[in-house]
Amino acid sequence: MGITVTYLSLLVLVPLSMIFLRTATLSPSEIWAVVTSARAIASLKISFAASLIAAGINAVFGVLVAWVLVRYSFPGKSIVDALVDLPFALPTAVGGIALTAIYAQQGWVGQFLYPLGIQSAFSRLGVVIALTFVGLPFVVRTVQPVMEELEVDQEEAAASLGAGRFQIFRRILLPALWPSILTGFAMSFARAFGEYGSVVFISGNMPFKTEITPLVIMTKLEQYDYAGATALALVMLLCSFVLLFVINRLQSWSGARGSSRSPVEAPRAAPAGPGASGVAS
Amino acid sequence: MRCLMMVLCCVLALAGCSKSEASKSGSVELLNVSYDPTRELYEEVNAAFAKRWKEQSGQGVTIKQSHGGSGKQARSVIDGLQADVVTLALAYDVDALVPSGRLKEGWQARLKDNSAPYTSTIVFLVRKGNPKGIKDWDDLVKEGVAVITPNPKTSGGARWNYLAAWGYELKRAGGDEARAKDFVGRLFKNVPVLDTGARGSTTTFVERGLGDVLIAWENEALLAVKQSGKDKFEVIVPSISILAEPPVAVIDKVVDKRGTRAAAEAYLNFLYTEEGQRIAVKHFYRPRHPAVLAAAESEGLFQKVALFSIDEVFGGWQKAQKAHFSDGGVFDQIYQAGK
Repeated sequence: MGITVTYLSLLVLVPLSMIFLRTATLSPSEIWAVVTSARAIASLKISFAASLIAAGINAVFGVLVAWVLVRYSFPGKSIVDALVDLPFALPTAVGGIALTAIYAQQGWVGQFLYPLGIQSAFSRLGVVIALTFVGLPFVVRTVQPVMEELEVDQEEAAASLGAGRFQIFRRILLPALWPSILTGFAMSFARAFGEYGSVVFISGNMPFKTEITPLVIMTKLEQYDYAGATALALVMLLCSFVLLFVINRLQSWSGARGSSRSPVEAPRAAPAGPGASGVAS
Repeated sequence: MRCLMMVLCCVLALAGCSKSEASKSGSVELLNVSYDPTRELYEEVNAAFAKRWKEQSGQGVTIKQSHGGSGKQARSVIDGLQADVVTLALAYDVDALVPSGRLKEGWQARLKDNSAPYTSTIVFLVRKGNPKGIKDWDDLVKEGVAVITPNPKTSGGARWNYLAAWGYELKRAGGDEARAKDFVGRLFKNVPVLDTGARGSTTTFVERGLGDVLIAWENEALLAVKQSGKDKFEVIVPSISILAEPPVAVIDKVVDKRGTRAAAEAYLNFLYTEEGQRIAVKHFYRPRHPAVLAAAESEGLFQKVALFSIDEVFGGWQKAQKAHFSDGGVFDQIYQAGK
């Protein structure tokens, strides 16, 4: 216990409390002015919306990927399984540069999208693409173990009683998977919200259009405005903490509701410090 | 609990080690904290200086280099990176070290030429054949011209680009600031992507093929042409531009503690010698030394261009920064208006 607390304090609580201390050099009205400036609000909206969309995409396709990995066997499966973790391991800047190269106008994918009027790089879509990329492993890795524990006999029983495939998915699978999907969604969101390294390459960084909040924080640091930067970091921190907290509640609520047969406990979402991890990359 | 104590002891011991590094007269180690594009320049300078310093003082010297965005490097020094010297992209970033006590006020007057041993200027890089016919700054605000330049709020180097454009129009308009603001506003309307740093912009322009013109430091533009071949890009020098002075400074607090002042000062002075200046030319920086400059110009390396300094037009970095790049400054107003 003592070690846990000390470890967490050194790594998480002390650095985070620095954010509060640094912000304390500003008066509440000054903090308010920083946080509600038109540019900060615009960037928060973009960060929030893009992260939500990215986490949503990951929740759907992450479950699909996990499903394929758990239920099917095919040659090269272990390689695909390892590929899922790549966004974890890759420096995010490398990911961003690679994505930009592919989705820019002359890139492999971009050359087909641009004629259709889809601007896949240097646009809000580009932001979503980068955030989806970095968030992918979270959903797959939280859903996968739960899926592995699922027994096939319930699905077989349902099928023998005349349930269709969609019914089986909705009534049997989804309730069992739901808590882990929520966890994956939340972690994917938190990761995306704080992401900096990959986004700055593909977004174009236009103020009011594709400027994310971590970039505004970097901008403030570049002006040696530590207090202003930490005021924004504080907002990001509170946003993600509230969201993670709500999802945690939601998860235990839905877990309790559908747990007449006690689904496997999903790993709990850890509140990630967006500002800290993002700026460091 | 005992484990914990041991861990703490280890941490403290490690912290102690890094502090008690005594400088011996036999050899000395310097850390040069610099910005991104100077990596190759200083590799060559370091080797040459080590040889000269050995001859002069009999002392061996190794110089370690650290590179990154200019502002980020300055913040590292503020936060405690033990830099003996800094060689950054703009004086504003060196000024930022003064309040933390690492550097005494008036540092810029300590060395010749505003403490900038080599200079550069802001030029245009265009695609081969110059399809959009770009000759001068006013061609950049024309409709249908896509301009690539980094965000001046995140890139110190890009602040020179912005100020050069401002200075051009201000001269043309006879000092009318409203016209200069309008001009720079129209220029940034033509910017489709604001990268965070100069290297990012170069990648966007060179690798991604985006934009018709890249606003860049002359040394970076000449390097890009050298690296990717003359058949892809051309350097266009405008009629007037800004004198970019990347300054160098000895960090008093560090050299006094580590006892490296003599070597550090000699290192920076070496940059002003004929040998140091020639190395700067090799990496496409404009030298201060008249003879070296004349030689480089006669080889056709640097084109003649009317230059104005930041002190002349903007009254120094502190004022320029406050008026243009601080929150709510002119640059923010440009985007506020256009959102």
